Amino acid sequence: MLKLGIPSKGRLMDKTFDWFGARGITLSRAGTEREYAGAVDGAEGLDLVLLSAGEIPRELAAGRIHMGVTGSDLVRDKLADWDRQVAELAPLGFGHADLIIAVPACWPDVDTLDDLDAAAAAFRRAHGHRLRIATKYHRLVRDFLTANGVADYQLVDSQGATEGTVKNLTAEAIADITSTGETLRANHLKILADGLVHQSQATLYAARAADWSDAATTLADLAPRLGFTAPRL
Amino acid sequence: MALKADARAEADRLMAAFQGAGAAVVEADILQPAEVLLDLYGEDIRARAYVTNDPIRGEMMLRPDFTVPVVQMHMDGGAEPARYCYMGEVFRKQEHLSARKSEYFQVGYEVFDRADPVAADAEVFALFASLLAPLNLRAVTGDLAILTAAVRGLKTLESRKAALLRHIWRPRRFTQLLDRFGGRAAVPESRARLLAALASGDTLTQSPMIGLRSDAEIATRLAALQEDAESAPISAEEVARLEDLLTYTGTCTAALAHLTGLARDMPTIAPAVDRMAARLDALAARGIAVDTLDFEASHGRTTLEYYDGFVFSFLATDPDLPPLASGGRYDALTTVLGQGRSIPAVGGVIRPGIVADLKEGAPC
Repeated sequence: MLKLGIPSKGRLMDKTFDWFGARGITLSRAGTEREYAGAVDGAEGLDLVLLSAGEIPRELAAGRIHMGVTGSDLVRDKLADWDRQVAELAPLGFGHADLIIAVPACWPDVDTLDDLDAAAAAFRRAHGHRLRIATKYHRLVRDFLTANGVADYQLVDSQGATEGTVKNLTAEAIADITSTGETLRANHLKILADGLVHQSQATLYAARAADWSDAATTLADLAPRLGFTAPRL
Repeated sequence: MALKADARAEADRLMAAFQGAGAAVVEADILQPAEVLLDLYGEDIRARAYVTNDPIRGEMMLRPDFTVPVVQMHMDGGAEPARYCYMGEVFRKQEHLSARKSEYFQVGYEVFDRADPVAADAEVFALFASLLAPLNLRAVTGDLAILTAAVRGLKTLESRKAALLRHIWRPRRFTQLLDRFGGRAAVPESRARLLAALASGDTLTQSPMIGLRSDAEIATRLAALQEDAESAPISAEEVARLEDLLTYTGTCTAALAHLTGLARDMPTIAPAVDRMAARLDALAARGIAVDTLDFEASHGRTTLEYYDGFVFSFLATDPDLPPLASGGRYDALTTVLGQGRSIPAVGGVIRPGIVADLKEGAPC
């Protein structure tokens, strides 16, 4: 059996069902609303596993599922050397969100990473601690800032309501997911011109660490139907 | 791959040699307060060190190196001059799937001595070279004091020099800044708009003030941006000279001749070049063949940012192996950790596990 992990609730689940449905594979939740079991119609050897979207990267890395659908932001943030742990099979065209760096709109002098770096240096001298950036995407944001040579900042963990941290004085800037920018504006924040860390969307992945001996033929059958080339795993 | 026991046996041999050179044995805790290390290295250290939590002492790190605890210990009241040696495991997270170890032995030797820093540089390097001689390694040297002196000598705004100095250890950012200060990179569109608005006295923002960064801090930076915009770019000639310096590689002897020539146009580097000349004499007196020893001007720019003078590494021919040994001068670190006091300091570490690996592979 090939185990396919998909998000267990919400728009991400519905859109994933639609995406597979459009390709002749009907996925559905078995039993009641509250039961996390799935049913598959239209594909042989495919087993549906419903999981929290945030756990899918870990399950893929461990090889406990063969394929999984989750946001590319989560895979890149949670997995070191992500492309050596999973193979990207197909972007699904929904769940678009940009991971961006935003600063208070009342900072007219900060509009680029270069400005952020300079402001961070001055901030550290004035306040005795590094400029704090609130985020839950630690790896992605740190790698991005390192690659761009930004110094004198520190990441502070924020698992929710990140846009509020600046006003609450627990951070000076944020790195978070946005789709329309509405929440950022409402919280008096603006996006840095070159502050796009990652453009995320829901993506279908294959696990390199999974045991493919009983699942390889199913993968080969699925590949043309779902529109990807079966990767070397 | 050497077993832990082999690495420990090699570490014991190296420790004995360091003690023979006059070093006192010191120990350091494995759990170090995260705050000091974060303050020193910045957020990057989180990607490289294991962070854990203590209910009373807060965030702690498994020691990523010995330098910080050893310097702290010395600055807390060590006698002068001092020579220390130590051995033990250090812990480094590996963010990439590879054979590199996340836990390995380091053996180190550190010299705190005001009398003759150049002689101390030579002492440490020559000691390492003699201990590693049977392995036929390639040694590379550099000198960050020459680079910082060159930046300090630029005929431009202090704020520009400070920005460049801050990013000596981030070559990519350094190059971007140099391009901008040298007028080779276009002013970003948003900066041009901001400067125009400042010039015409327009309101810059309607947004309410939020966050810790104050009005005054913003005003200070706006003034700095205007000053920067009104200043002439760093001359093409000066930029070219700096780039010539940064990219220089050659033997130490050739490098000294080249740098002595450069110092005629960059007089601020002359004292650092003189120190390099004295160091080469001291190395030669200890039997180091400086005519064939490699010098790379940018060596040490991508390591942890605390070296500020002489730097060196010993490398195996296999490029996949990490350096077997590395070290350098870190006078400024003693100021940072010394709470008002400071002392010239130089030292280095050897990885006995890799030494043992190489010895297994090659008869020596």
